[in-house]
Amino acid sequence: MLGTENQTNYIGKAVERIEDAALLSGQGRFIDDLPTAPGTGHAAILRSPHAHADISAIDTSRAEALAGVHAVVTGKDAELWSEPFLVGVRQPMQHWCIATERVRYVGEPVAIVVAESRYIAEDALALIEVEYQTLPAVVEVMAAMAADAPILHSDVGSNLVNERQFNYGNPETAFADATHVVRASVRYPRNSCTPMECFGLVAEYLAAEQSYDVLANFQGPYALHPVMARALKVPGSRLRLRTPADSGGSFGVKQAIFPYIVAMALAARKARRPVKWVEDRLEHLVAANSATGRISNISAAVAADGVIEALELEQIEDCGAYLRAPEPASLYRMHGILTGAYNIPHLAVTNRIVLTNRTPSGLNRGFGGPQVYFALERLMQRIAIELNLDPLDVIRRNLVPAASMPYRAAAGAVLDSGDYQACVSRALKDGGLAELEARRDAARAAGRHYGIGFAAAVEPSISNMGYITTVMTPEERRRAGPKDGAVSTASIAVDPLGAVIVTADSIPQGQGHRTVAAQVAAEALGLRPEQITVNLEHDTQKDGWSIAAGNYSSRFAGAVAGTVHIAATRLAKRLAEIAAPQLNATPEDIVFSGGRLFARDNPDNSLSFGRVAGAGHWSPSSLPENMVPGMRETASWSPDQLVAPGEDDRINGSAAYGFIFDFCGVEIDADTGQVRIDKYVTMHDAGRRLNPALVDGQIRGAFAHAVGAALYEELAYGEDGSFLAGTFADYLVPTACEIPEPLILHHDSNTEATPLGAKGMAEGNCMSTPVCLANAVADALSLDEIALPMTPSHVTEHLHGAERPPSTDRSEAPAQTLPGKGRGLTGSGASLVPAPPGQVWQMLLDPDTLAAIIPGCESMERLGENAYRAVAVIRIGPIRGRFKAVIQLSDLDAPHALTLSGSATGPLGSGAGSGRVTLLADEKGTRISYEYSAEIGGKVAAVGGRMIDGAARILIAEFFKRFAAVAGGTAGETVSLWQRVARLLGLAR
Amino acid sequence: MPRLKAGEKSRISFKLNGRKVSGDAEPRLLLADFLRHEIGATGTHVGCEHGVCGACTVRLDGVAIRSCLTLAVQANGRRVDTVEGLAEEDGTLSRLQAAFRRNHALQCGFCTPGILMSLEDFLARGGEPDEGEIREMLSGHLCRCTGYSGMVRAVLEIVEEMHEEQNA
Repeated sequence: MLGTENQTNYIGKAVERIEDAALLSGQGRFIDDLPTAPGTGHAAILRSPHAHADISAIDTSRAEALAGVHAVVTGKDAELWSEPFLVGVRQPMQHWCIATERVRYVGEPVAIVVAESRYIAEDALALIEVEYQTLPAVVEVMAAMAADAPILHSDVGSNLVNERQFNYGNPETAFADATHVVRASVRYPRNSCTPMECFGLVAEYLAAEQSYDVLANFQGPYALHPVMARALKVPGSRLRLRTPADSGGSFGVKQAIFPYIVAMALAARKARRPVKWVEDRLEHLVAANSATGRISNISAAVAADGVIEALELEQIEDCGAYLRAPEPASLYRMHGILTGAYNIPHLAVTNRIVLTNRTPSGLNRGFGGPQVYFALERLMQRIAIELNLDPLDVIRRNLVPAASMPYRAAAGAVLDSGDYQACVSRALKDGGLAELEARRDAARAAGRHYGIGFAAAVEPSISNMGYITTVMTPEERRRAGPKDGAVSTASIAVDPLGAVIVTADSIPQGQGHRTVAAQVAAEALGLRPEQITVNLEHDTQKDGWSIAAGNYSSRFAGAVAGTVHIAATRLAKRLAEIAAPQLNATPEDIVFSGGRLFARDNPDNSLSFGRVAGAGHWSPSSLPENMVPGMRETASWSPDQLVAPGEDDRINGSAAYGFIFDFCGVEIDADTGQVRIDKYVTMHDAGRRLNPALVDGQIRGAFAHAVGAALYEELAYGEDGSFLAGTFADYLVPTACEIPEPLILHHDSNTEATPLGAKGMAEGNCMSTPVCLANAVADALSLDEIALPMTPSHVTEHLHGAERPPSTDRSEAPAQTLPGKGRGLTGSGASLVPAPPGQVWQMLLDPDTLAAIIPGCESMERLGENAYRAVAVIRIGPIRGRFKAVIQLSDLDAPHALTLSGSATGPLGSGAGSGRVTLLADEKGTRISYEYSAEIGGKVAAVGGRMIDGAARILIAEFFKRFAAVAGGTAGETVSLWQRVARLLGLAR
Repeated sequence: MPRLKAGEKSRISFKLNGRKVSGDAEPRLLLADFLRHEIGATGTHVGCEHGVCGACTVRLDGVAIRSCLTLAVQANGRRVDTVEGLAEEDGTLSRLQAAFRRNHALQCGFCTPGILMSLEDFLARGGEPDEGEIREMLSGHLCRCTGYSGMVRAVLEIVEEMHEEQNA
């Protein structure tokens, strides 16, 4: 390499991170740690409690009147100053940054309050009155495609917003001639990598310049910048987007802050001050982002020896309520490599994109890969079982041979390098498959449930900006113009005293990009990594970037570090040209080492790095003839192999392809259904590893995410679209007790796909591990089908059948969560009121009395015959809110019985239910018995699930206590079966 | 004990990492928010505000607590220790911090301050915890980047060092 040879190599070393000292001592610079301008307002968002509803009215007057509130923003403001977001498929769907006429998922923003403090802003949320007309919701993709399904976007006329079919080779003939056809149907659930830091931003409107300035922990892709600028109706140059130095993880998720960047830019414009918003965890779980849910029906035409001739794949994608950019990318990221690590010449694909009343989907570590490999690698196991073959033989007989590299896959991916067979052989040997099989045999001999699973996966990295256009027909693509490539940009500069500064467009989210960039630059310039300052804060008005910029598709090592290398090498070449005449050498002979430059054969005669570089600042006239002055090099690089999809719909979606082969042993507790990972082996070909410690750190991190996805995590919804996982006590993230230490193995190939020979490796285990674990569980329990997440309750269904209803008396049982519905609540009880039935009856029918009795009741008005409207403040656990209720009395049988039904809505959620109340004369007064059932949605359902039952009991007890007091006595006792049992046992009084 | 009224601020003072700090707080102000926004000690992070993730853990009179489940007024007159107090004055990392760095026990570093504070309390309680006990203790914290391996290794190294020192 010209002029850059040096004697100290840093690339490939496990250098300690330069990021760590600050992060370990509380000096990180995360978005919420940074100073804000005086007068900055703080925003809180009012979100829809309904999965599907029309907004008939919003009254913000009481919120605006609250002291300390600066502004309230609604969909009206969005209509005034912005446009709906661009959508990736041509359909008449409108997605505004704040809901305008209709809400389509629980958590959709409906209004924003800007106030002096977040506390006051949240107070004001409770004062906003929104009237909704609820609509039927649809949450499952198959139901959403049904003819009678509620339609989310009426102008589209269907929830199926895009469908495409692809044929590569001749799959029809292959299936017609097949010896065997093996099928699998799988469902991948909705989950999210939930970074520990939520979204955060500070937005400002510069009225004099009619431009927006936003600092946000956005992670890219910067293809979304034009989407945001278009929505804000400004040229891209007038949406200045900056990112802070540190971000608390992203894993793709922080892509989805972009609608809030637009919403808060509008809020800042309306409030006429900078506005800061930091998302809280409930907001994040309910509404931030989700991997797509996917149903895959996959079949293979297979020869008797297990060799696959053809594959047929139907994918039905749940993108949630809006097709939010860059969707439908989840479905098309893997399109070129749907055949995985296998040499399968014929492929047929049907892709359907469906909208449901769930949070819009988006980037999430693995992005499309977990869904694809869950289908493909489950199928590989099914082939082995149905053809009575060893699963390893089925994998090995189909792997793309090393001699075929570079290999063009059926749908267009060009696998650049790798020896998959060698990876598998080494993994089996070094990972100890033989011992694992012995452990399995011993466990099974002892009657325990033990299984072994395998998975092979090709891991794509550095996404082609054109892959998403595969969703269009070739004709539509011709009209739209070509989209391809993936540009990375990096700069390196030397200051007048010889200090080196590197900048780049990688937008790190905690991986250690600064360390690796310093290693790369140090190696090129003969300096130590700690002598290189790397600043990866990004500013769209000042830094180099293109639409591919950002932290996704594992692009850092291959693309960004490679581009830093190109820039540093160019700078080194110039420095060598400056130094050569002074050292009586040719530029090719100049060596950079230890902060000095010298001729290869004369190390004693050297120049300091700073002196050579300083010439560019202090004395441009002394530079060699024709050399441009200035000591900055900016390099941009795009992989040549990333071309637009062809007329044949083949697409090489990624610049480099790594390989993973995993196997594992799991044991399942026969009583609890708990899956214990006994051993996990993961073999990687990640190309050249720039920092092996960071590579293994990324593998461990992806593995941990994958264990969560496989065993614990699901963004659960009720049948009515209510969201049921609003806390980390509901959405279960694995802890140190659940994540075992995987055995990580490497078998690195050489690739010319990237400047430094590195491939991405930070997402692969999210693709391979969930299905590897599922294959092991299926092996342990001899299952044909297995669903994720493999929670103990799901696994015990396979062991012991579906859970039986509780045997206790339903009337005394705790409230149940009704399966498949919203957060359901049923209960019953009885209470004694010291008044005769006639008087009790009159009290129940009198709004003034009811107002005095209902806990927290602020007002009660009569709407008509036996119909009332009430406003009450209700407290459930830590949350408290004002609810508006409409109550109807029916089936009146005076003075014996009546049915009470109604619905309530408030900022915390909504509920609907009914109850039958019966009055029975008793010697002490009237015994009132009641039975009720209710469905609850919104925030209460998302976070209060475990507390609703108790809260309902407390509210009812309070109601009767007050009833008795008004009736002129003390309440009779309400005693549950458990209390009675406890009394008998002497445990309670 | 003074009676506090909702909406009214009262003066709060405590020792933060050995130095007296004061500020005004409404009764409802969380200790985490007080530390970050009133005092400017932003090293303590807020990750869930419902006590599960552990990112906001600080030591109150030496005991690791969730500062998102503690009101600022509860800290009045007491001792609060946060991640900012761990390193030497000159920036030299503490043994625990250095072990974290050496073992790549952090990536984004957002959860790390709370984990360090819990570990400070845990290790101060003595004994020689084994890997199972260390994992059990770490299970009070959520980390999404690392898979916890580096932290476990870091703590095991420290326990080993402490053991050798005691025997020396």
